[in-house]
Amino acid sequence: MATYTIQVNGKSHTVEAMEDMPLLWVIRDLLNLPGTKFGCGKALCGACTVHVNGNPVRSCSYPISAVGTASITTIEGLSEQGNHPVQEAWEKLVVPQCGYCQTGQIMTAVALLKQKPNPTDQEIDQAMQGNLCRCGTYNRIKAAIQLAASGKPALP
Amino acid sequence: MKKTAPFYTSNIEEVESKIFNASRRDFLKLGSILSGGLVLGVSFWSCDSAGKKTGTLSTTAYLSISDTGEVTIVAHRSEMGQGIRTSLPLVVADELGADWSKVKIIQAEGDEKKYGNQNTDGSFSIRMFYKPMREAGAMAKAMLLQAAAKAWGLPIEELDTENGQVIHKGTDKKAGFGEFAGAAASLAVPKAESLQLKADNQFNLIGKDTPIIDLHDIVTGKAGFGSDARLEGMKIAVIKHCPVTGGSVKSVNDTKAKAIPGVLQVITIKGAGLPATLSKPIAGVAVIAENTWAAIKGREALEVEWDLGPNATYNSDEHIEALKKEITKEGTLRRNRGDFKAARAGAQKVIEHTYVAPYLAHATLEPPCALAVVKDGNCEIWAPTQNPQGARDAVAGYIELGADKVKVNITLLGGAFGRKSKPDFILEAAFLAKESGYPIKVQWTREDDIQHDYYHAMSVQHLVATIDANNQLSGWNHHIANPSIGATENEAALQPDDGELMLGASDYPYNVPAIKIETHDAKAHLRIGWLRSVRNIPQAFAICTMMDEVAEARGKDPIEQALELLGEDRNITFAEEMMNGGGYPNYGEDIANYPWNTGRMKAVIERVRKESGWGKQLPKGTGMGFAAHKSFLTYVACVVEVQVDASKKVTINKVHYAVDCGLAVNTDRVKSQFEGGAQFSTSLAMKSAITVKNGIVEQTNFDGYQLIRMPESPKEIHVHIMDSKDKPTGVGEPPVPPYAPALANAIYKATGKRMYGMPLKM
Repeated sequence: MATYTIQVNGKSHTVEAMEDMPLLWVIRDLLNLPGTKFGCGKALCGACTVHVNGNPVRSCSYPISAVGTASITTIEGLSEQGNHPVQEAWEKLVVPQCGYCQTGQIMTAVALLKQKPNPTDQEIDQAMQGNLCRCGTYNRIKAAIQLAASGKPALP
Repeated sequence: MKKTAPFYTSNIEEVESKIFNASRRDFLKLGSILSGGLVLGVSFWSCDSAGKKTGTLSTTAYLSISDTGEVTIVAHRSEMGQGIRTSLPLVVADELGADWSKVKIIQAEGDEKKYGNQNTDGSFSIRMFYKPMREAGAMAKAMLLQAAAKAWGLPIEELDTENGQVIHKGTDKKAGFGEFAGAAASLAVPKAESLQLKADNQFNLIGKDTPIIDLHDIVTGKAGFGSDARLEGMKIAVIKHCPVTGGSVKSVNDTKAKAIPGVLQVITIKGAGLPATLSKPIAGVAVIAENTWAAIKGREALEVEWDLGPNATYNSDEHIEALKKEITKEGTLRRNRGDFKAARAGAQKVIEHTYVAPYLAHATLEPPCALAVVKDGNCEIWAPTQNPQGARDAVAGYIELGADKVKVNITLLGGAFGRKSKPDFILEAAFLAKESGYPIKVQWTREDDIQHDYYHAMSVQHLVATIDANNQLSGWNHHIANPSIGATENEAALQPDDGELMLGASDYPYNVPAIKIETHDAKAHLRIGWLRSVRNIPQAFAICTMMDEVAEARGKDPIEQALELLGEDRNITFAEEMMNGGGYPNYGEDIANYPWNTGRMKAVIERVRKESGWGKQLPKGTGMGFAAHKSFLTYVACVVEVQVDASKKVTINKVHYAVDCGLAVNTDRVKSQFEGGAQFSTSLAMKSAITVKNGIVEQTNFDGYQLIRMPESPKEIHVHIMDSKDKPTGVGEPPVPPYAPALANAIYKATGKRMYGMPLKM
């Protein structure tokens, strides 16, 4: 066990944890931020995606000892009112079905659009291939990314 | 033949609505705070399987209107992505004339006395509850109008409701529901027969696109799934499950596990043994810890010696090979029409193939999980369950409490597909909470999920089609072998029951003079369950790919052949041809009320032909494939368009579905179920397979048990909903069955290669 001070959603948190504890369980169990989901524990499904210094990271396979002073953003910290353009696009196209994977999908999509504001179909495929959706919302996810890229979508 | 309880309908086979003015106290128990106003319950007569009323008056669909005009509707079915928490309440709201943007929806706990059957399974929520929900809304509206007529001194015929207000037609006079809620509550409830339901052209919500109510919570991470449930003082349990079905714990050394910081207790779970059952968990050893990671580490450090039991010698590949040898022999006759032997003897051409499909796991993105607390002789549970009443009864039996001492709260379900109709993970939580004294959240890892599912059973089938001298399809012989769902409770169940056979085999609808369906023994060595559309998956695959091959052999277009062989528009039945005392259960509905109508099937086929541009010229290496299949009382036709390149890479460019589900209540969710259904089916058509070696499932996570990912997924999915005013039927499962055969038929057109196994091997 060791003590770590990490930056999550713009706030500083001090936690006691085993050094190999994945960031996912730090976020969910110790910081009580449940929007980041557990899907596989092996970085195979993307449900646990958060941003580490703006880059999408599978938090289930990222130990707390590696975090250091990096700035972590979870879905709860993505936007104050839940109105990030990507979230709005998701709402406009009613992307989710069960919804469990969607926060991870959104975090990956936001990181993609930051790097490539106008991604091609192939670039979307490539960026999103690590995020599984068992309900099968891929077509609407892709459409929502394109909608978000086209400008700030207005909710109906 | 031993009959097991059908899974496609629960113990309520008939739902009849009655509405009464419920006591406010009952409603308050649901957690809503009302200072006064109208509270309505819809009640259901529960019936036993023989259709007799059991006399239990149970209420559901509570609707309340407070004196401030707030409309609250109780969602009593489990939300797992199908949108039912939106689609049933909107029916109530539409009839009532409520302002949908202000309606509050709360989730019911599991209690059939209040809500009727809550087993969210078999694509029947809309089918069973559409009418009662309309009546609930119309009832409240009638009472509000009566109260308003009295208050305003106006004839009731001149009043209506609109956007949460009572309005006087033709004048500006209007007032919010809250004005009249208190007075309405003191009125006698009008008779159901007297209710004036809206005409179809008066609907504001029914038949249109309505976004799901949980949308904003989901995209902001605030939606509450099972894994998000928390209680003060809660501890986490991660369980090392016996790797072989039916095995048990011989000995445990937990010294190293207990040395992990945060590990609190290690508790052995005895487990079911064999039969595996739905009412007991798997044998295992639970590590209880302060947090999930400590529990996972603790489990890794456990040393457990198992008695693996008789299934430890089981190999699925060997089983399938053995069944392939048996499947062509004479089996148990289940359906018979005409004389297949004579048809075969007189055939000009015989086509026959053996079709193989693997075991499948559900792999919901949210692995099984449940939170339980046992205190002062009561147990309360929060879980992502499709079947809260079944879970409550199973918990009561397993930890020996009265069912009235067990309360099951339903969270959102992070995917379900049939997996979360089983209570095993909930039983674990209840047992561990009782034993440890802590509130316990059981968290399955992905490895637990993939290796300890209630699996969709593997399938070996053999089909023989005969073509006579007049180029007619003269005979159809379908042999079926698969471990039965019934075997999970009864090891002696070796053949599919009528319910499993109904799922796309005994309901073969085509005009063929000789039809013979035979089943064969296949013992279960895993826990067998049901996955979205169940036996329809392999059975529709075999039938619809064979029909494509028959059409080719006859020199016919497959769509023309389907239309021809469905024949005249009429209702068809199967029961009279069922053999060995079997029947045709028609998904739990009387076939007189929900007939199998060839005209409706032909209409979806013609629609998909038109919409897909069937018959158009396609470049080399591309192809279109067709399949049509009715399941869960919904008619579906599907055309898939693929491109296959020189390296055999398959690109699925377009999918067209035509669907007749009667009246489509929430058209957006009908579309989304079909979009998702195509994607879900792409996984099972192209990727997924569970194999077993020495009794142990060989796949452990998404590297071995693969699902479709965005780059390989269908590029475009078009859903064409038939304009129908017929009784609504479900759409959760019906998209799945015709997809894989349509895809295989398309790949054949593109490559010239037929495929007889799933997943498709290029």
